[in-house]
Amino acid sequence: MTGAFVGVLFDGFAYGMLLFILSVGLSVTLGMMNFINLAHCSFAMLGGYVTITLMDGLGWPFLATLPAAFVAAALASVVLERALFRRLYRATDLAQCLLTIGVVFMSIAGAAYVWGTVQQPVTLPTYLRGSVAVLGASFSAYRLFLVACAVAIAIALVAGLEWTRFGAQVRAAVDNQRMARGLGIDVDGAFAVTFALGSGLAGLGGALAIAMVGLDPAFAFTYLIYVLIVVAVGGLASIGGSFAAAALLGISDMAGKYYAPELGAFLIYLLMVGLLMWRPAGLFGRR
Amino acid sequence: MATAPAAAADAPHRYLAEQVRWRPLETAFWLASLLPFALFPSYLQLASQVAITALFALSLDLILGYAGIVSLGHAAFFGLGAYAAGILSKHAWDEPLSLLVVAAAIAGAAGYATSFVIARFRHLALIMITLGLGLLLHEAANSASWLTGGADGLQGVRIRPLLETFRFDLYGRTAYAYSLVVLFLAFLVARRLIHSPFGLALRGMRENPVRMPAIGAPGRAHIRKIYTIAAVMAGLAGALLAETTSTVSLEVLSFQRSADVLVILILGGTGRLYGGILGAILYMVARDQFSGVNPQYWYFWIGLLLVVVVMLLPNGILGGLARLGASWRRGAA
Repeated sequence: MTGAFVGVLFDGFAYGMLLFILSVGLSVTLGMMNFINLAHCSFAMLGGYVTITLMDGLGWPFLATLPAAFVAAALASVVLERALFRRLYRATDLAQCLLTIGVVFMSIAGAAYVWGTVQQPVTLPTYLRGSVAVLGASFSAYRLFLVACAVAIAIALVAGLEWTRFGAQVRAAVDNQRMARGLGIDVDGAFAVTFALGSGLAGLGGALAIAMVGLDPAFAFTYLIYVLIVVAVGGLASIGGSFAAAALLGISDMAGKYYAPELGAFLIYLLMVGLLMWRPAGLFGRR
Repeated sequence: MATAPAAAADAPHRYLAEQVRWRPLETAFWLASLLPFALFPSYLQLASQVAITALFALSLDLILGYAGIVSLGHAAFFGLGAYAAGILSKHAWDEPLSLLVVAAAIAGAAGYATSFVIARFRHLALIMITLGLGLLLHEAANSASWLTGGADGLQGVRIRPLLETFRFDLYGRTAYAYSLVVLFLAFLVARRLIHSPFGLALRGMRENPVRMPAIGAPGRAHIRKIYTIAAVMAGLAGALLAETTSTVSLEVLSFQRSADVLVILILGGTGRLYGGILGAILYMVARDQFSGVNPQYWYFWIGLLLVVVVMLLPNGILGGLARLGASWRRGAA
């Protein structure tokens, strides 16, 4: 009983860490520019498909495809940001939502056209398969790898935001964009870089997600909802908030699926609506 | 001298009276809505779907176009209306007009209950809450398969002939006439509403949500009112769909339907009454014409359309036409 419970807890936590990697970029970019980018998971999906293509087509090892997924998603996001998104930073919520939903629709149809609608299989290297026994409980090696990745990313992000000059600029832009501009900080430039990094992380998350939740063209939509929940509950531009919200969401989703499967995703949505009504700016949000 | 202040006090009323006047183009449009009976008798089923979608888009226009509430979960009320009509017809009674009223009342009650939440939030939190409530209801309907039939859809919906005489046949004559009449009546209500002082106050809130309460308009009470009215209309549209097609599937509550109606409204133009109707005509007819296309690719074009409309025609087709008309008049003057 305890063993099963620990298993559910660990699986949920690993799943939450995946959601953290997928969503942390959106949290920061949304906090900086107030730009509602519903196409965030489209970049994640692109990362996933890049990994699949490189592994199956060119025979790259799994680990080598991860940086490639990051770079591909970051590049795609730069192109879209320069061409479309930047024109709408001062537009209404509605215009931003609609434009990015349009991009989601196109990305789903594009992925279905290029890669088909079937689930993409991924063959993990042997050292990531199987499980590791710790203190009598056995943990899937891949999930441990996922948790390690997420923790490393979280530490790197917090360190980058707290201790680098660029991080200070980003924090200033999040706190008060007009004041930051007044002090001579190039907010647009900083935002473009942050946007690329955030989308790149999403791409990396998409690549890591395949072995855990699969990959098909609906990915851009299915996980968008989870990512939005993490961002809305965690609060904008808060790395710790996103981390906690993602862990909470992952564990409650996994526990819900395990202990009350007939309720489906009902619990998750209830949790989100309840949390938002209680604290509209998110659990750790300041605004 | 004595008449000047009276005239000034009268000015808002004259402005509203001028707005409320029927224009020839409007009369022509509603007369033209009867044409499908004569010209396309084999497309009446589609025409009735268009009328229902137009009613749904009109209800969204009331909250989005006039009050500025962005909702990604408006299908919740459409679905509630559809399921209420379907389930009641299966278990209780099957007289279409009274069913319509009851279904709309149920959707309205749900709208009233949620309006207290809606009126408190803006921006991202509002979008997420409308999305969340919509998804919640979809999941609830999916789980409660003993009541709703779950993913298989509601079986055994049977509706008595309208007014005990007109059967809902395969050709959709009754369906279209019925949907058109309901749409027209709802349209009259919406038209009267937005050209009233209440409607003006809503537009004021949309433009500046801080200033309107400052000059004495009860902001949240107005939002609650219009949200409830929009929920009633969406419920009407859903109930119409259930009655005219005798089926209710889980799709009526889906996010896809919320997104579709948003696309339809944006395409036609928000805050213009006819925007949703025009959008519904274009969207539904296009989807019917391209029904052979794989739905996956259909959404590619919808996505492209959205990007183009947001970038080039921020006020939709009607907004673009209005701008064109205005510049033409200026050129002529």
